[in-house]
Amino acid sequence: MSAMVDTAPAHPVAPARDEGRASAPWALAAPALMLFLGVLVIPLAMTVLLSFHDWGQYKGIEPVLILKNWHEIATDPYYLEMFGRTFRIALLTTLITAVLGAPEAYILNRMAGPWKSFFLLVILGPLLISVVARTLGWALLFGGNNGLVNKLLMSLGLIDAPLPFMFTETGVVVALAHVMMPFMVLSVWAALQRLDPQIENAATSLGAGSFTIMRRIIMPQIMPGVLAGAIIVFSLSASAFATPAIIGGRRLKVAATLAYDEFLNTLNWPLGAAVAVLLLVALVLIVVGSNALIERRYAEVFR
Amino acid sequence: MRRNGPLALTFHAIFVIVMLAPIAVVCLVAFTPEGYLSLPTNGFSLRWFRAIANYPEFVRAFWVSLGLGALSSLMALLFAIPAALAIARYKFRGRDTLAALFQSPLMIPHVVLGIAFLRFFTAIGMGGTFGALLVAHVIVVFPFALRLTLAAATGMDRSVEMAAISLGAGGWTLFRRVTLPLILPGVVSGWALAFIQSFDDLTMTVFLATPGTETLPVRMFLYIQDNIDPLVTSVSACVIAITMAALVLLDRFYGLDRVLAGKSDTGR
Repeated sequence: MSAMVDTAPAHPVAPARDEGRASAPWALAAPALMLFLGVLVIPLAMTVLLSFHDWGQYKGIEPVLILKNWHEIATDPYYLEMFGRTFRIALLTTLITAVLGAPEAYILNRMAGPWKSFFLLVILGPLLISVVARTLGWALLFGGNNGLVNKLLMSLGLIDAPLPFMFTETGVVVALAHVMMPFMVLSVWAALQRLDPQIENAATSLGAGSFTIMRRIIMPQIMPGVLAGAIIVFSLSASAFATPAIIGGRRLKVAATLAYDEFLNTLNWPLGAAVAVLLLVALVLIVVGSNALIERRYAEVFR
Repeated sequence: MRRNGPLALTFHAIFVIVMLAPIAVVCLVAFTPEGYLSLPTNGFSLRWFRAIANYPEFVRAFWVSLGLGALSSLMALLFAIPAALAIARYKFRGRDTLAALFQSPLMIPHVVLGIAFLRFFTAIGMGGTFGALLVAHVIVVFPFALRLTLAAATGMDRSVEMAAISLGAGGWTLFRRVTLPLILPGVVSGWALAFIQSFDDLTMTVFLATPGTETLPVRMFLYIQDNIDPLVTSVSACVIAITMAALVLLDRFYGLDRVLAGKSDTGR
């Protein structure tokens, strides 16, 4: 391409843009890079540092390097329980979205053109609607012992007495599964787009029944999509704030709501920073680890 | 391809109803004529929409959100367009690292970002200002602005640029008259998606907002923490309507499926 520019007429031509000056891309990316180094990397480093600082009710934050906060998190069973709850909620949410979202994506994919795009929009649209509004909807549906969800479940004969949804883990998981569902449907949907429908027809012509096709043809091929979706849903659920705060209330703390409390109510910033850093590190390890596992297991699919 | 059976369609119907139920119930309750939370069984009323006007905090928060969304997504684009051109057109050492850094706000939990920004801006004496909120939002919406701009820049037909160069256009003229118009659909969609992200963000903003700079989601969240009444449902209904409007804009310019498909790997 550079040769083409070089042969252009005598004008002072712009330098060949592809393999030209090595500094050109850096000059273009410099403003954004500066922004990210200055206002993202430095604040994150400061937060890690903050988690090693001391704090007292009256003395405030003391810029020393001690392990007090980390020691407290490691030894106080309250934090073990809280992180246990956080990851339990995230895991259950991930399971629900996988079990319900994957079949729905498959059904969507088999629909005729216009219906397909219409329902895809209906299911994915909520992704862009405020999480506060969506969670508020669940708070209204749960609403005490005579909420709509309980009325419906009782009239269907599924339960005898109203279930408590507000301020329970059950309620948080249900609402969170709804919030995260579009990510799973989308991920499985993307995997289905790579699937060749002729394979299914070939299996049918060779005498495979629908169960066999499902188990031997469809499942192995959409599994990478389900797992990729699961990673997204898990990491977003484990760090979710609005839904656990509104449905879970003040007593049912997860990592994000606890860090919020430490920062804006107790004002123990170093401890809040430690909780947040631990959450970040745990999530990065889980995400990177499972990505590596998936890529090794499904190397042939990603190639 | 085989058709869906009745069992599959029943599952699908229940699935769609459950997905829409919480959003529908918010919008329905917003129209209640009663003074308490209830479905509008005795006719529809706009009293709770009118009530918003008597609650200046919500009105003020709405304008903060609107200004913040519009400004931060615009600023993010000013940084993202040259960065996208660099990544799309050049092969250079550190390119993948740079792209990963620019996508990193998607991977970092927003609660961690909120804490980091609160710590940083307090330390440099900008705590609680609109400027701090603006810069934080630029970072958070940057990946969305970059992604769609990058897609447009990668898919662009370079021969038009070559023609312009051979006719003597260079530098700024080339960018303004040729490159920018060609990537404009991606840029506008990037702006709209970034706007929605900024407009909806709660988790990061809740750490930075002070009574003067509360955004609408923050105001709604703090209101819900105290009590839930029909007022917050009518505010939510307005938010849903605004998001829908931005969605229509996105669909017109870019195709919603492409935008949403781009959103699929948000958590990575």
